[in-house]
Amino acid sequence: MARVKLPTILRSRADGQAQVEARGETLRELLADLEVQFPGITTTIVTEDGALHRFVNVYVNDEDVRYLGSLETAVGDSDTVSILPAVAGGARSPRPGVAPARTDRTL
Amino acid sequence: MSEAPRFSEEQVRRYARHIILPGIGGEGQARLLESKVLCIGAGGLGSPVAMYLAAAGVGTLGVLDFDRVDESNLQRQIIHSTADVGRPKVESAADRLRAINPTIEIVPYDTVLTSENAFEVLEPWDVVVDGTDNFPVRYLVNDATQFLGKPLVYGSIYQWDGQATVFMPGQDAPCYRCLFPQPPPPGTVPSCAEGGVFGVLPGIVGCIQATEAVKLVTGKGDPLIGRLLIFDALQMDFQTVRVRWDADCPVCGKEPSITELIDYEAFCGLAPGQAPPEAEHGAPTP
Repeated sequence: MARVKLPTILRSRADGQAQVEARGETLRELLADLEVQFPGITTTIVTEDGALHRFVNVYVNDEDVRYLGSLETAVGDSDTVSILPAVAGGARSPRPGVAPARTDRTL
Repeated sequence: MSEAPRFSEEQVRRYARHIILPGIGGEGQARLLESKVLCIGAGGLGSPVAMYLAAAGVGTLGVLDFDRVDESNLQRQIIHSTADVGRPKVESAADRLRAINPTIEIVPYDTVLTSENAFEVLEPWDVVVDGTDNFPVRYLVNDATQFLGKPLVYGSIYQWDGQATVFMPGQDAPCYRCLFPQPPPPGTVPSCAEGGVFGVLPGIVGCIQATEAVKLVTGKGDPLIGRLLIFDALQMDFQTVRVRWDADCPVCGKEPSITELIDYEAFCGLAPGQAPPEAEHGAPTP
């Protein structure tokens, strides 16, 4: 079982846990196991077509999986998988057509 | 550089702890005094960045922000005081910075950074520090600094999580687009106004950015180039991951497809003028 570090934004989908364990020999299998444990958690990581989103990075230990084998990257029991979403402190328009309820443009 | 740096008596007193510090010394302090650093944003990240850089004696310190101080800023934007609510942020910030160090030059820009003015605004500066809060401006600052060949000290926060790195153009080093090729679609990432942000978090990430800016100016240490620092305040966990240069990057890759500034609102999936006018002027939250 590899360790999976979750960013704050995904913790609500994992009962508030910062770190969980998941099984799989590849990242694809590991994410599938994660989805079984916490339904809906991988929707922000993989697209409907099953590819990795380009605004969320996944690292196996300290390496971006885009430069390893993407979803086929091998994952071992001693590995740590980190999920890192792009954050800007806030996209300006949260929902298309809806005025953002915010005043502070800088963090 | 054969002549020994000379300081006034006041400068010797003010910067004594740097001048005696191995790694900065007289030479490093002289470089700081000659340096020009622009801080984009006078908010949560910009507050500690600008205050520490002013204190360190960065000779010319620029601060860019179009917003006005709101009461909800005070929980984390420590450069502003309660009495500053309603004032333009750059005015409030400039007053605070001059109070910290009246011997340096402060250059306020009370404006929005756009594709039209970015080159003119960024051109005079040695180092740019990004303390903005939205994806269009982040991609704009990245592309403009890449085109101008300026080092960019990046920091970003959300809720309890922070990220920081340095983008150094022209050395087969990554840029922001190598790290995140695409912004999240609008609607997938809540803003700090919606999701909240831990008030101390920008202090920590901003101090890391200030550290990197001083290191770039003085040429000391090992900057966060090609490495991304990930900070988790709840777990008190610092992690560093590799950021690789993407040879296919549209801006800094081998065959760039983007060679001039673009419409960053459109790139981030926002229709032109989608943000309401009151948001542009920092109207109070209802």
